[in-house]
Amino acid sequence: MSDLTNLGVKAIRDGVAGGDFTAREVAKAFNANVAAAKDLNAFIVATPEKALEAADAIDAKRAKGEELGKMGGVPIGMKDLFCTDGVQTTAASHILEGFVPQYESTVSANLWKAGAGMLGKLNLDQFAMGSSNETSYFGNVLSPWKKAGSNAALIPGGSSGGSSTAVAARLAPAATGTDTGGSIRQPAAVTGITGIKPTYGRCSRWGVVAFASSLDQAGPMARDVTDCAIMLEAMAGFDPKDSTSLDMPVPEWEKGLNPDLTGKKVGIPREYRMEGTDQAILDSWERGKEWLRDAGAEIVDISLPHTKYALPAYYIIAPAEASSNLARYDGVRYGLRDLPEGAGLQDMYAATRAAGFGDEVKRRILIGTYVLSAGFYDAYYTQAQKIRTLVAQDFEKAWGECDLILAPTTPNAAFPLGGFDGDPLAMYLNDVFAVPASLAGLPAMSVPAMLNGDGLPLGLQIVGKPFDEQGVLNAGLAIEQRSGFDAKPEKWW
Amino acid sequence: MSTYRIQGATGEWEVVIGLEVHAQVTSNAKLFSGASTEFGAEPNTQVSLIDAAMPGMLPVPNRECIRQAVRTGMAIEAQINAWSRFDRKNYFYADLPQGYQISQLYHPIVGEGQLLIEADEKAGIPEDKIIGIERIHVEQDAGKLMHDQHPTMSYVDLNRVGIALMEIVSKPDMTSPAEAGAYVRKLRSILRYVGSCDGNMEEGSMRADVNVSVRKPGEEFGTRTETKNVNSVRFVMQVIEYEANRQVDVLENGGTVDQETRLFDVATGTTRTMRSKEDAHDYRYFPDPDLLPLELDDAFLTECRESLPELPDAKRARYEGELGLTPYNARELTAEVETFGRFETLLSATAAKIGKPEKAVATQVANWALSVAPGVMKSLGDEADPAHATAEAQASILAMQDKGEISGGQAKEIYEIVLKTGRDPEEIADSEGLKQVSDTGAIEEAIDAIIAANEDKVAEYRGGKDKLFGFFVGQTMKAMQGKANPAVVNQILKDKLG
Repeated sequence: MSDLTNLGVKAIRDGVAGGDFTAREVAKAFNANVAAAKDLNAFIVATPEKALEAADAIDAKRAKGEELGKMGGVPIGMKDLFCTDGVQTTAASHILEGFVPQYESTVSANLWKAGAGMLGKLNLDQFAMGSSNETSYFGNVLSPWKKAGSNAALIPGGSSGGSSTAVAARLAPAATGTDTGGSIRQPAAVTGITGIKPTYGRCSRWGVVAFASSLDQAGPMARDVTDCAIMLEAMAGFDPKDSTSLDMPVPEWEKGLNPDLTGKKVGIPREYRMEGTDQAILDSWERGKEWLRDAGAEIVDISLPHTKYALPAYYIIAPAEASSNLARYDGVRYGLRDLPEGAGLQDMYAATRAAGFGDEVKRRILIGTYVLSAGFYDAYYTQAQKIRTLVAQDFEKAWGECDLILAPTTPNAAFPLGGFDGDPLAMYLNDVFAVPASLAGLPAMSVPAMLNGDGLPLGLQIVGKPFDEQGVLNAGLAIEQRSGFDAKPEKWW
Repeated sequence: MSTYRIQGATGEWEVVIGLEVHAQVTSNAKLFSGASTEFGAEPNTQVSLIDAAMPGMLPVPNRECIRQAVRTGMAIEAQINAWSRFDRKNYFYADLPQGYQISQLYHPIVGEGQLLIEADEKAGIPEDKIIGIERIHVEQDAGKLMHDQHPTMSYVDLNRVGIALMEIVSKPDMTSPAEAGAYVRKLRSILRYVGSCDGNMEEGSMRADVNVSVRKPGEEFGTRTETKNVNSVRFVMQVIEYEANRQVDVLENGGTVDQETRLFDVATGTTRTMRSKEDAHDYRYFPDPDLLPLELDDAFLTECRESLPELPDAKRARYEGELGLTPYNARELTAEVETFGRFETLLSATAAKIGKPEKAVATQVANWALSVAPGVMKSLGDEADPAHATAEAQASILAMQDKGEISGGQAKEIYEIVLKTGRDPEEIADSEGLKQVSDTGAIEEAIDAIIAANEDKVAEYRGGKDKLFGFFVGQTMKAMQGKANPAVVNQILKDKLG
């Protein structure tokens, strides 16, 4: 039998359903890859027994001739930001180390209902704050990719770095991600995989450890566009437990996949042509335009004039919300408690939070607390919200001229581990192309485009109108079919 | 205008009072979670994952709590904001699991309204007064810390966490403890009429933050203090009395009043500093990103309005105007939900029983309900079973009285037996001989005998000594053992004496 771990979601689902192999065989194969990839540090906790249990249930269903579900027999990795009943959920933090939820997030529950199984909980940047997976309390995730001729460790992107590495290194056919300001798209781009952040509200936030509530959105990370469409269909849906959930039916994205873009206009935002962007990135963008034109689309220049303000606004809004969302980690009810001898309540808070949060989390709590404080609120938070509105209006105007927007996902390829040590602001710039769509709540995906001169993958980003995941997926498929991207990292771990 | 003044060494001082009343919304479930709101449950048994602020939990507004706040706003004739929004008020405390309270700072659900407090000469409120209400917003309650369970640790009870509160903020329109007391009582009455809060101050369903400042008449507002969590009308008045005098003392001794938060000490009737302005929290309010703005549609607003009951002021006016009750009776009967409820049930039962319009029996029923019935109940003490005090039984007594079958005294006696035993009033009247004699034959017989035995008095009466009429009435009633119908006795006496 060929290596089952080379298969993606659709191939596994169809293979299991067609009796080419059993779900148990698939789960065992991926469990073995997970166990053999400790060096990558993609998983905080592996749950091989969960994967097997789900697989056995699917095999039993098949034996009885029952429906196997959209993800029947597909084992996946679960970003450790999703609360999983009975399985430790940490958000890669010390403060939640050992925390075992008694509830299952809506998104993960939807996936299990669709027949998926869990390989384990994936590492990430602590509380999803970071672009390199270097802020995890449980250590860095390493990218399976290396620069040609170099042995230096590279970052897998962030915050969904465990997810991107797991999929790129064939430890999982797919994984969940969450995207607040690029946390699905950027890691997907730098590891040569596909990931989509749907319209804000498509996937329930219930049971997902909150970073910035008005921006957080879950989505799939997988090997190709079709797999993303299948998995997103399983994850999405209205959830009355999340007030911001979209009360709309979930379209049949997989069925609707169509790479013919005849009649579609694709906008190229001139403001995304920024100084300091790698030439290879610009080249990939040019190729992307050609591919889409070849698929029948008309390429048009558009303007998103407030783009340059998006990143600063994001780094006010997201930390502001985070500073409040993370107040609940106080050592009183669950998680870490550091109670120094003779300490009072305030001392306990200080000691617990000092010990329980990493530097990046503390930095963002400080920023968020500052921008919300009396006397600064209007200058920062109110202004940032105005910018957010303007950024959203930029897109709304653009939709008068185009149906989709094509841009690079990141300004550069994967950088070395520690590459931005001591310069968090430079690191924040990695999100510059991803953040505007987050602020506007728009569906956006990254698809692999090509390898750069160093043999590292680069991604292209497609942004769509609200609720038009289908259009985004279709354009992604058109690129995928033309890019011929089939590179995968050499196994070194 | 209130005449309440503090007499200081330097002259008179006026008091300015504003109240922020926190009223727990009557609802089975909490504001943003499905957990129960029952009072007095075992600690930490009514706590949902949301209340405990577990990771990833999200609030979902409870429509009933919103509805109650809107109905309350309508009851105080306030502007209802069809678009409002929730904000987070951030601070750390062990009774606040989220680390923030979800409240409404910037866009409250209810805007300006007003409430009428009635003139009460005795209490020092010379005339009716309108008290402005600034706003009502809804917010989450916090939990409770228990400091007496362990020598060095405090325990946390999260049962109360997330219960819906309405914060009803008055304008600084009150100028005496009496006005503030009347305001709280009136507000409580309205809340209970509407059914949006049970008004139970002992259980903490209603508590007030009392803002007090003093000034020389005509001058600008002075610096105010805020005394937190005062949980009875009497304490609200005590706080004002104490704070106003304290502030006058401070000012007259050359000091300044600090803008600060204070606590009321029930034991001593005094207030003390809780935290000064310098220690005031920076709550870092911002719109709660977990919640969409609250938008109320016309159908919802219409249902809220149509479900409102007749409110105290309207009811009082109707009692006076339509039912012809005295202002005193009307006010007493409309003050509490239970009182008017009992009255209206009894009124309708009595009118039906007698076969007259309600208006014709309203005064009789009001007097019975306000003084006779409670008097009998009170005199019996534990012997009375309140379960026997049915409207049917009382209506039956009132009907017998209306027909002249029983006297007022007999009505009381019958009611006593009803309360003790639950027996049927008519059966009691018959079997206990508690009926007036209206049989003219028997009365005439008795009167004839009295006239015969008192010829001298008859002569005097006929000679113009009208006062003697009462003597004959008394003698007749005595002869009839008090059971004669007085109206019949009067008539026959008049006929016979000429």
